[in-house]
Amino acid sequence: MDVEITVKLKKGLLNPEARTIGRSLNLLGYKNVSDVDTKKVFFMRIDAASKDVARKQADEMCRRLLTNPVIEDYAIVVK
Amino acid sequence: MLSELSFNEMIGVLQFPGSNCDLDVIHALKDILKTDAKLVFFKDQDLSGLDGLVVPGGFSYGDHLRAGAVAAKMPVLDEIKKFAELGKPVLGICNGFQILCESGLLPGALTKNTSLKFVCKWIEMEVCNDTSTFTMEYTKGQVVRMPIAHGEGRYFCDEKTLKQLKDNDQICFRYRGENPNGALDNIAGICNEEGNVLGLMPHPERASEKILGGEDGRKMFECMLGYIRSR
Amino acid sequence: MHARLHKITIAATKTNNMADKTCWGCKKPNVSLTDEEIGIARKRLGREPNEIEWAMLDVMWSEHCSYKSSRPLLKMFPTKGNDILLPVGDDCGVVRFDDKWGIAIGMESHNHPSAIEPVAGAATGIGGIVRDIISKGAKPIACLDPLRLGDIKKDERSKYLFENIVKGISSYGNCIGVPTIGGEAEFNSTFNKNPLVNVVCVGLVEADKIVKGAAPVAGDTMMLIGSKTGRDGIHGVTFASEELTTGKEEEVRPAVQIEDPFSEKLLIDSFMEIYQTGAVRGCKDLGGGGFTCATSEIAFKGGKGASIDMDKIHLREADMAPWEIVLSETQERMMLVVKKGREAEVERILEKWDVPYARIGVITDEQRYILKHNGKVVVDMPVELLGDAPTFDRACEPILKKKIEKPKIADLKKYFLGLLKEPNIACKKWIYEQYDNEVQDRTIIKPGQDGSVTRITEKAGIALGTGCNSAHCGIDVYEGAKEALAEAIRNITAVGAKPITIVDCLNFGNPEKPQAMWQFKTAVEALTEGMKALDVPVVSGNVSFYNESDGKAIDPSPIVTALGKVELDKIMTMGLKDEGDSIILIGETKAEFCDAPKVDFALEKKTNKLILELIGNKKVNAAHDLSKGGLAVGLALMAFKGGKGFVVDIAKMSEKIDNNEKLFSESNARYVVTAKHAAPVVEATKKASLDVQVLGKVNGEKLHYGLFEVSLSEAKKNWENGLEELLI
Repeated sequence: MDVEITVKLKKGLLNPEARTIGRSLNLLGYKNVSDVDTKKVFFMRIDAASKDVARKQADEMCRRLLTNPVIEDYAIVVK
Repeated sequence: MLSELSFNEMIGVLQFPGSNCDLDVIHALKDILKTDAKLVFFKDQDLSGLDGLVVPGGFSYGDHLRAGAVAAKMPVLDEIKKFAELGKPVLGICNGFQILCESGLLPGALTKNTSLKFVCKWIEMEVCNDTSTFTMEYTKGQVVRMPIAHGEGRYFCDEKTLKQLKDNDQICFRYRGENPNGALDNIAGICNEEGNVLGLMPHPERASEKILGGEDGRKMFECMLGYIRSR
Repeated sequence: MHARLHKITIAATKTNNMADKTCWGCKKPNVSLTDEEIGIARKRLGREPNEIEWAMLDVMWSEHCSYKSSRPLLKMFPTKGNDILLPVGDDCGVVRFDDKWGIAIGMESHNHPSAIEPVAGAATGIGGIVRDIISKGAKPIACLDPLRLGDIKKDERSKYLFENIVKGISSYGNCIGVPTIGGEAEFNSTFNKNPLVNVVCVGLVEADKIVKGAAPVAGDTMMLIGSKTGRDGIHGVTFASEELTTGKEEEVRPAVQIEDPFSEKLLIDSFMEIYQTGAVRGCKDLGGGGFTCATSEIAFKGGKGASIDMDKIHLREADMAPWEIVLSETQERMMLVVKKGREAEVERILEKWDVPYARIGVITDEQRYILKHNGKVVVDMPVELLGDAPTFDRACEPILKKKIEKPKIADLKKYFLGLLKEPNIACKKWIYEQYDNEVQDRTIIKPGQDGSVTRITEKAGIALGTGCNSAHCGIDVYEGAKEALAEAIRNITAVGAKPITIVDCLNFGNPEKPQAMWQFKTAVEALTEGMKALDVPVVSGNVSFYNESDGKAIDPSPIVTALGKVELDKIMTMGLKDEGDSIILIGETKAEFCDAPKVDFALEKKTNKLILELIGNKKVNAAHDLSKGGLAVGLALMAFKGGKGFVVDIAKMSEKIDNNEKLFSESNARYVVTAKHAAPVVEATKKASLDVQVLGKVNGEKLHYGLFEVSLSEAKKNWENGLEELLI
């Protein structure tokens, strides 16, 4: 299965990089841009018996390695 | 050797939000090399009256997006391009090198060290080109010592560009002994085809006084001043 | 100082009539204060505090903000001195360097946040202490990071914390352009779940331009400067009162703050320019206790009050409730009090650097602290109520000294090589090569020596050194605390500096437990004794309690940082210099292997005086003070730094102790020096009535101890790889 995992900082946490990019875009003249945010996306293929099995594994992988559960949330899409 | 006559060179040191080594470069130029130097805030795009320009090290814009990426797109870079086209000397140190590459003034790119760690230590480099504006008083083959302090210092370019750099004698410094960041072909510093724009990862402004660890960096500024005076 | 992160449930409490003066609020407020403290708050306010006021009191009267358990004892510390320009009591201290310059210095801890999220915790620790320095008008010029980690050989979590704490310090310090020039790391299993991240920052300020954390003039404008205030650090919350809810469902907000060193750098650059205008009356940084602490204290210290309109505060999320605003721990913010009418000068500079700001209030003659929100007064209390928390005299119960079994060493060479690899002894360059230790072109003696030296003027500089052997403190906290002070001062003496002052960070367990409180009290007494004996006052410091998990506390760790002044042409390093130099041991070695070695401050003072004389008169060309690993390791370190071997005969030392003691005892007040000519050194030492022993000479490429020998290269390799092999 093709799996897509999107990782984002938890709500309420500061994202300094997104903020700097947003301000820089404004400075370059794109004054109509606001609320810039960033996410990380991992793409991979998981060889599993079913979508549920793949999702469960992806979830475990997120908690073990791909995300920092203290500060990040994640969403899994299994295609 | 610098002549004892007094000259009136004015060297500009560019300052972006997040630049750290601007005052160190000013110190090297004014206190050690006894030349006139001033900070140029990035919003003031007027480079007239300057004989040379240094884009110093630091973390412009916090290194967000990619190191030097945001600074490289600021309008002042257009002025720097014109400045360079006039043949005037432009030196990019560390973050300055990253900015010059991101802006297209120098070919290639700098990316994360292979160790994925920031590294701060003194390294040895070999002088590979002694004709550029900033290396003309060194001798090809000479070994020099300067400190590095970076997390994104790995130089990279495609094969075509690497061939061009070699054919045109644009590689000015290579790491000698240990390659501290995984840079392609051990490249530590390069210049443009004309030779008046140079970027390097090590910090010559930290190697301009014996008490700080060595003086091999001082010559780079002397080269620039010598070049200006000869024009 | 940091607010303790905790869950707050705000209960709806209507303001009651004043008929029953003993229990105004029928519901007990849900705060972590004792009943006694709650009673005191009600009495001093003269009514029931409302929800926001309770939330503020809860934070301001917490241990970390108010020092309620430690303040009564800390009064013992000697805090006066001729060279003190800004004493204990402000965000950091300032001492005189020369007629023109003052040196600002402060020390802080960020232990608990680093245990949760080590990168952000350690990074924001640096951020906090740097802002303390900026707030006094000083430019930050150096940082140090004394760390305590768990057993990284056995505990995976400790390894993870260590790697990421260093990453956090590195990424923040490097980005803001402040060199991290020194520090230390000690590892033992008592820190497995409770790492200690202590950070020191030093700044440069003109002696007559120090900015205080006080607002003594009514009418001055209060400006909040820096990152927009958000919900950072506000833990999982439940809303009981409709007045307070924002209409949202419960959201679990993580108790971490994300660091933004870029914003901090902009604060540094803009504030250095702002101070030049002369428009600043007072300044405090927003650290622990956030908005509440900075705004109330600055008025209180000035003998004034504050009136603040919260609607003016620049917010990251528009719908924040007033209690969220006051509790927010958003980083990279400062409170500036600007002379009335001169706000535009400050704002111009902030706009140049794109630093967000807001004029939020005014200093008042009436000594009340007033917050308005949506046009209504939501907080109105005497300004000293928040800052003057009731203190506790906690019970103490002594702990017996521990006894550690001395190991039987069958093969000295094997034991020695193993010792060099131990994380506590091994080379720390894995740490300090991740820190930019050269930015600002001031670092003269770089990491890896006993102390560091930072250039201030062309001819003079400051030296900084840390000290504390936590394992020794765990054995005997009295001697261990004395040793922390003695070692910090020896570290700067070894590079040629005379001490001016110290700062300290006292890391201990739970003060509500009598044994931990006794450890704290004893350490404070020990440090007081030492500071008086050595005539070195303290100028700033920090206390971190509650460093324990599952009922087990850390080894008590009173970490001391010493600051001294040094002439740049009289600095000293430890590397062995030239073949044929004599190697000389100064000081008495006692049988103290595997013990907490005793400290005699009179002896320390005399020895340090001699060392400074020998360095100043150029009678020696290398100096190193002995600590972990005793003489065996001390000599080896000198060989590694100099790239030269030695031939010494340990047997020459006193017959009163056995060979293991000679090699590995960690007795205090000892230095090894080298000299072209031994005789003058021996003579000077004997004249000072101190023990002296010429051990041998710098020679060859072996470390030859007499009792065993090992090749310099093999020993150095073990030492250099000790940490590297364990970490990524």
